[in-house]
Amino acid sequence: MERDLERIREEEDRWKRECLNKHRFNRAETDWGEEIKPLYTPDDTRDIDYLEEVGFPGEYPFTRGPHPSMYLGRLWTMRQYSGYGTAEETNKRYRYLLEQGQTGLSVAFDLPTQIGYDSDHPLAQGEVGKVGVAVDSLADMETIFDGLPLDKLSTSMTINSAAAVLLAMYIVVAEKQGVDPGKLNGTIQNDILKEYTVRGTYIFPVGPSLRLITDIFEYCSKHVPRWNTINIAGYHMREAGATAVQEIAFTFADAIEYVNAGIKAGLKVDDFAPRISWIFNTHNNFFEEIAKYRAARRLWAKIMKERFEAKDPRSWMFRFHTQTAGSALTAQQPLNNVVRVAFQTLAAVLAGAQSLASCSFDEALALPTEESVRLSLRTQQIIAHELGVTDTVDPMGGSFYMESLTKRMEEEITEYLKKIDELGGAAAAIEKGYIQQEIQESAYRYQKEVESGKKVVVGMNKYQVEEPPTKGLLKVDPKVGETQIEKLKAFKTTRDSVKLEPALAALKNAAERNANLMPPILDAVRVYATLGEICDVLREVFGEYEGTSAI
Amino acid sequence: MNQDKRIRTLVAKPGLDGHDRGAKVIARALRDAGMEVIYSGIRQTPEQIVDAALQEDVDVLLLSILSGAHSFLFPRIMELMKKKGLGDILVLGGGIIPVEDVPELKALGISEVFGPGMTSETLIKYITENLSAGN
Repeated sequence: MERDLERIREEEDRWKRECLNKHRFNRAETDWGEEIKPLYTPDDTRDIDYLEEVGFPGEYPFTRGPHPSMYLGRLWTMRQYSGYGTAEETNKRYRYLLEQGQTGLSVAFDLPTQIGYDSDHPLAQGEVGKVGVAVDSLADMETIFDGLPLDKLSTSMTINSAAAVLLAMYIVVAEKQGVDPGKLNGTIQNDILKEYTVRGTYIFPVGPSLRLITDIFEYCSKHVPRWNTINIAGYHMREAGATAVQEIAFTFADAIEYVNAGIKAGLKVDDFAPRISWIFNTHNNFFEEIAKYRAARRLWAKIMKERFEAKDPRSWMFRFHTQTAGSALTAQQPLNNVVRVAFQTLAAVLAGAQSLASCSFDEALALPTEESVRLSLRTQQIIAHELGVTDTVDPMGGSFYMESLTKRMEEEITEYLKKIDELGGAAAAIEKGYIQQEIQESAYRYQKEVESGKKVVVGMNKYQVEEPPTKGLLKVDPKVGETQIEKLKAFKTTRDSVKLEPALAALKNAAERNANLMPPILDAVRVYATLGEICDVLREVFGEYEGTSAI
Repeated sequence: MNQDKRIRTLVAKPGLDGHDRGAKVIARALRDAGMEVIYSGIRQTPEQIVDAALQEDVDVLLLSILSGAHSFLFPRIMELMKKKGLGDILVLGGGIIPVEDVPELKALGISEVFGPGMTSETLIKYITENLSAGN
């Protein structure tokens, strides 16, 4: 074996001597700016110990996948991110998607809901129902999930600072359907740190926000044990401009902060770590995207086992959802996006995603139509059933380039994590503006490369055509704000307000006493307190986070 | 406008939308082009934005929005601008704004609305040409 490697190296040297000067080799580099070799051979993987570093699916360090059989056992969950307008419209869209073969739900809430404002709040004007569905109270959640059996579905909710409230609403909808919360599957995003850096739907300062997160960890570990209590997100950092390496590094840094917070709150790491899940962004750079997830699986396993001394193998497993890159879509020649989405979806599948959302081709312009979202779901189904890429586990494993790239990305991510540790962890690094700055630098560099033509974006900075504006885009009913406010007004007159005050007072008391907030939030939701009323109580006790605006 | 004076710009994010990659990239590009740039940060109300435009004595106000709330927020901002006597400030919009909404926004006094794929060169040229033409 060693002798073979020596021969291969000698032969590779010979090949280089003979070819590199004689033929044209354009220089290529990774997204983080490192030169990619023109050819990879067994010599590039000689330092990778297969059994230690790559191993077998379902076994530490999970490089090849978290489950032994991967797609041979079960395909990924097809879970399109959707929701807009009113609860009624969203329910209709969900029924449609499930009819079309989607296998999980992913709820997009509008911005007022995400920031804990009712639809009649002055700051909600113009925003109600626009980027997601408006939820003011349990009544709206009952409508969204009307006729959808929660014991048979898995639901992901993109909700962060208000996660506890929306989770409570989901649990109560389940109770009303006669479903035991112990049977609920799904996740809430519940990842506040990236809201401070790139996404912006924060409400409370860091301390109380972390407390809400660990309260959810604790409550769910006892009462909603199959629920993934956090869905730590790199997706939005990537959309904001981060490179693939930065995406994983900054997300892991946030994750380390959450695990530390859980431990500090008195929880055992193995009581909550198995319920950590992830959402990442699958972008254009095909091999790098696949290597990214393989590196992330291996590194997370090491972090959990070595740094946090987790004993339960489920704590070591990195199970992820991914969505294709919204920021890679172009408004120009939008049909080209069909192709981008297909390749990104394929990369996610070759990387072993557990759950997947594919963007729709019209999403650089508007929310997707029924037709465009069906096409992106069909893209997943074609990849699942027609290409044969699910026939064996981790088919990219063993490629000299893939294994070498996986290793290099793991090293680069580790370097960043060291730097963030030196800064005092993710929360401190965010406070110092370090993470924001790094992402902004990458975004600006990318823009300059696109503008200089170094980076080609087909149809946008090359191969442009004159084209008429795209027709048939989805338009959210401009009246949705008024409709929702009317509904809210009517709802407030019919609910039993006698029970409301004591429920909100109990919540305030728990917030002040440092008691777990989930039980009083559940009680407030049960008596139809609105999202805004619940969040206002918490705002009063916790105060609000002040954003920063450094450039 | 005095030729020696650097162009003063306010890049602002009205509403609840947190997508500010574009706003920040534009802020950097305008700064690199020699302009004074103030970035408002996200989640600003129309009142906060117009106050900042007034206090900072800007020549250009650039509004970025991707949430679809422009049809409420832009008119509100333009109304406040008029009320405060800031009608001569060059106002530009950008983000995800459907083309059919653009004529209405221009009628409010927004000079131009830029969409995805715009280059910083286009923007800088637009600003310099329109400021010298208008003053």
